[in-house]
Parts: sequence; structure tokens; C-alpha cells
Amino acid sequence: MSLIVAENISKDYQVVATKVSKDYGPAENVVRALRGVSFEIEPASFVSFVGPSGSGKTTLLNLIGCLDKPTEGNLSVVGTDILKLDRHESAQFRGDNLGFIFQDFNLIPVLTVYENIEYPLIIVKNTAAGERRKRVMAVLEAVGMVDQKDKYPDQISGGQKQRVAVARALVSDPKLVLADEPTANLDSKTAYTIIDLMKKMRNERKTTFIFSTHDQKIVGEAEIIYSLADGELVDKQVKGGKQNG
Amino acid sequence: MGNLFKIAVRNLFRYKRRTLLTVSLIAIGVIFVLGYISISGSFKNMIIGQITDSMVGHLQIHRKGYMAAIDNLPLNMNLKPQAVKKVENILNQQGEVEAYSPRLKFGGMFSTFVETTNIRLNGVYPEKEFKTAPLLTSRITEGQKALNRGEILLPELLSRGMKAKIGDMVVIVATNQDGSVNGKQFKVSGILESATGPGGRDGYVHIEDAMEVLRMGEMEISEIAIRMKHFNRLEVFSNKLDGLLSGEVNKQGKPMFEVHTWEKISPFYNIARMIDVMTIFIQLMLIAVVLISIMNVMIMAVYERIREIGTIAAIGTLPRKILSMFVMEGFCLGIIGAVSGDILGSIIIYILNFTRLVTFDFGRQTGLVLIPTIAPSDVIFISAIVILVSVLASLQPALKASKMEPIKALRHV
Repeated sequence: MSLIVAENISKDYQVVATKVSKDYGPAENVVRALRGVSFEIEPASFVSFVGPSGSGKTTLLNLIGCLDKPTEGNLSVVGTDILKLDRHESAQFRGDNLGFIFQDFNLIPVLTVYENIEYPLIIVKNTAAGERRKRVMAVLEAVGMVDQKDKYPDQISGGQKQRVAVARALVSDPKLVLADEPTANLDSKTAYTIIDLMKKMRNERKTTFIFSTHDQKIVGEAEIIYSLADGELVDKQVKGGKQNG
Repeated sequence: MGNLFKIAVRNLFRYKRRTLLTVSLIAIGVIFVLGYISISGSFKNMIIGQITDSMVGHLQIHRKGYMAAIDNLPLNMNLKPQAVKKVENILNQQGEVEAYSPRLKFGGMFSTFVETTNIRLNGVYPEKEFKTAPLLTSRITEGQKALNRGEILLPELLSRGMKAKIGDMVVIVATNQDGSVNGKQFKVSGILESATGPGGRDGYVHIEDAMEVLRMGEMEISEIAIRMKHFNRLEVFSNKLDGLLSGEVNKQGKPMFEVHTWEKISPFYNIARMIDVMTIFIQLMLIAVVLISIMNVMIMAVYERIREIGTIAAIGTLPRKILSMFVMEGFCLGIIGAVSGDILGSIIIYILNFTRLVTFDFGRQTGLVLIPTIAPSDVIFISAIVILVSVLASLQPALKASKMEPIKALRHV
């Protein structure tokens, strides 16, 4: 597949958003979820979008994850103008470049831990069996779930499920991992463990992590924090300093 | 493909009771269809066998126009010796022919010296006739299973009605082609069980006796019955024979002969056709059962797994792969149902066959034992229909799943 490379956008950035807006609903009763948001995210960043419910965090993550398209503005993800991708190309793009971690873990209940992690390599990437095994075992080891690999999702705890979700997101070596409220269903201790795990993965693999949260306890774990309110980017904090958005 | 299959099977086991019910429904449908095909097919084959092997033969050759007037047994439409010779020469060269029997058919009066009635008779060469209609001897319920000069095999009903017994002397009187009447005494050598179908209540005498009764100067033949080595090649051989005989023309340049398969001679052919039509209807019912049950299950499966579909779509599963996953589930349901039905159906047919429990009456024949059998090709055909319909039935729900927007699917509660 030939992806559409965004014009005039530096490839040094993993994500470049320029005046991105997203509207929902009919014209007479439009809901503006995002209002002209602009930002850039560099490779290997550990970024968090924070804000109260309805501030547009999930909408923004959906746009970056090619699950939805902006109503206005430009959005480049991993050097690709996502507005120009059709449904099939979007799916291919997600499979090739992105990893997802969901709030509810979203593991496939009929597959074991090992098979859940293996799934993207089989169904999405068509990786050879030997290579598949090597990569699955490597991420299983990295997330500390080797001894649970033959269990089904309903046989493990919430924290373990999210570890598996992290492993599934990373197994295909994506350039970008998107996590929508990854700790919302976890207790504080497990939440910190998951954030630490994500950070460790970032350090080891140089993968860019973008997550959304409204949990103030773990916000501080991010290195770059974008604050959203009413669909607008109101603040950007970089660890060790503060900038206005 | 193997992984899609594995996921499909696991998903089916996720809802064990529902899968079991659907598979059972399909399996029961397959069992009924196989049972119906085996029983009706065996009934059909048995009756066809009775008709062809005890009376009609597989094929018959007549003089052109004879069949239209067969009810009158017209003596002026017999085949002359030269024509018979030509046909025999052709038949002797055909590897497909197992046996053939020339027959001289005529109607006459039957008298026991006390009572008189009418009778239809076949003059035959016993050896040739018994080879062409091998079940004829099994219809001889009393007396010797042979036919010699001066003897008559009498139909059961006539024997009973006229109180003619084995060894009794009777007289056959017939009018010949010129209109003169002649009679000859015969000894009753055997009683023939009645059979349903054309010629099922005819008597048999030696062909030379028939010639004598009819005062024929030279042997004339009403029909030549043919038995083939392989009945399933009937249509092909009939066409071949038709082609070979079409070259023989009379003085007016018109074809001398006509070839008829048993289907054109026996009215049972229409019953056989009805059985075939009913089989098609039964198969259509099976298709409806499979279509509705699989579609129902797959629609439910898609509805229950919307979030899961959203997840796999979000992580990059292409729409056609999602489609394949659900079609594979339908395929697996179909294949499990078909195979279970095939196995159970075959066992039931074997038991019926082994115990010989199914008996039926046909015409005056009672207590006929049915031996249900089913051809592997029928089992394969039914299974193929079930699997194909299962795939087709799962297509619509699968298409729906593959077209889902991941973002909407992920939001589904």
C-alpha cells in the first residue's frame, strides 16, 4: 500500500495537528468536540492529554488513531496525511504503525494471553511462525506475563489484562501507541505499574506513547502534558518547565 | 486460514448451547433428507428392478408404430424374420447387452373345458427370456421354474378364477392375422405371481407353440426385450441403439424400428419422477432450515460481539478479514452439522438395512422388504448443499460486521 505522505510537514514529528476541529451531529445542533487544536509530538515522547470528561481527549485520540477524521484542519500521523486515507487504507495504516490500549482492555475472550498478543502478527501483519513466537515471547517477558501465557482473559486480573493489552499493542513494533484512559479501571497501585511499564517500553523500544487520562495521580508520570478544556488546548507542560499552549 | 478456523471454532464453543442447538437442527435436517433419499430411492430402485427384471427388460425394440397400438397386441405390426435378423446382428455386436429375448405377444381365449375367458400371452424362448427377465422365475410360485413345449405359465389371478391347477390341461384359442381361429392344448406347468406394471398379468408359452397357435409360416416377433450389463448406462445405450437402428428403413424410406426404454413403457416412471420431485422439495426444506438457523445464529453473534469487532478493526484487521472470520464461523457450523448428520444418518440407514424393518405393499405385492441404501455421491451432494448454504447464510451478518465503523463499534454498550 502506498501511504499518502503529508506535504510540507517535517518527518521529525510523529504527530502534527494543525487547527484540527471535530464536529458531531447535524448542522442545526452541532456539537464541537475539538476546536482548532494544534500541536506536534516528537518520536519517543511520553505524552498525556488530560482534562475533564467531555474535554475532547478521546476524540483527539480517535483522530490520531485514524479511527475518525477531523471536520477541519490538517492531521499528520507518522508522516501520513490521514485525511487522505480511505477505510481500507486506514485499517492498513493502523495495523502497520499504531498500537492501541483500551480502558476496558478489549482482549478477545476466546483467545489465550499468548494468542491475544499473537493476533496482530497473524491476522494483521502475516508474520512467519518463527518470528511470531520470538516477538510474542519477548513482549510477554517484557510485561512479565510469561507464566500466564496459556490463561484466558477471564482467568487473569484487571492489571494483568492491561499488561496483555500493552504487550498486544507493542508486539507489532508500532511507531505510536495510543492509550485511552488505560488506568481508569485499575486501582492506583496497578495504574502506576502500567504507566511504569509503558514508560519502560518507551525507553527500550523508542515507541511514542500518547495516553489520555483524567486521573490526577498519574498525570504527573507523563513527560509532556497537554491540557484540554471544552475542545481547546489550554496548556502544555513539559517536565522541568511550563509553556502556554 | 488455519488461524481463522481456530478462532471460528473457539467462538462457536463460546456459546455451547446455541451452537449445539443449531448443529443439531442442521444434523436432524440432514438425517431426514438422507433417510428420505435412501428409503424413497430404494423403493424406486426396487420397483424399477421388479418391473425391468421380471417383465419389461431394460429396453425394447418394436416395429415402428407398434407401441401406439400395443393394447390391441396387433399381429400385423410384428417384425418380419429379416428385420429380426438385422436387429439381432446389431445386438450381438454390442458389449453393453447382457441378454435379449424376442417375444411374440398375442391375445386369445383361455378355456378349462368348463369355463372360458380371455388371456394375453407371451410366446418366448424360455432360456433367453429367463436371462433377459431374471426375476421371472421368482414369480413362479407353484410348479416348475421352467417352460417347455406344450406348457403354459398361468397368471395367478386367472388360475384362481378359473380354478386351473398345476398339471391341468387347458386350451388356448387365438385368431391369426388372416382371421382364422386356431386352438391348442397346453399343460399348466406353473403359476405366475401377479406383478404391477405392463405384462404383469400375462401368461407365457413357448414361442414355437405361439407360432403354431397363430399358424405362422415364419417366425414373426412383436418385440425384442433387452437386458443391459450396466443399467446406469441406459440413456446412453438407448441413444446409441436408436442411432444404429435409424439407418434401417422400410420401402417407403421410413424408419423400421423404434427403441423404448422401460421409462416409456411403464407408468411407474411417472411415480419415479414424482419421487424425484419430492426429493427436490425435501432438499429445499433442508436449505430453508439451514439458511434460517445459520443466519439467526450469525446475526446474534455479530450483535453480541460489536465491541470485539471494533477492537479487531481498530488494531488494523482489514474488513475482508473480519468478513472471513464470520463466514468461517458459518462454514464451521455447516460442516459440523453436515458431518454429524451424515454420520448419524448413515448409522440409521445401516440399522434399517440390517434389521430390515421397513416393509411396504405395492399393487398386489405385499410385505416387500425395503433395503435402504444411499450412494456416497448423494451424501456428498447433501453435505455440499448444507455447507454452501451455511456460507451464504453467514454472508449478510459477516458483511455487516466488516462494514462496521470501528469507532462506533468500540462505543457500543
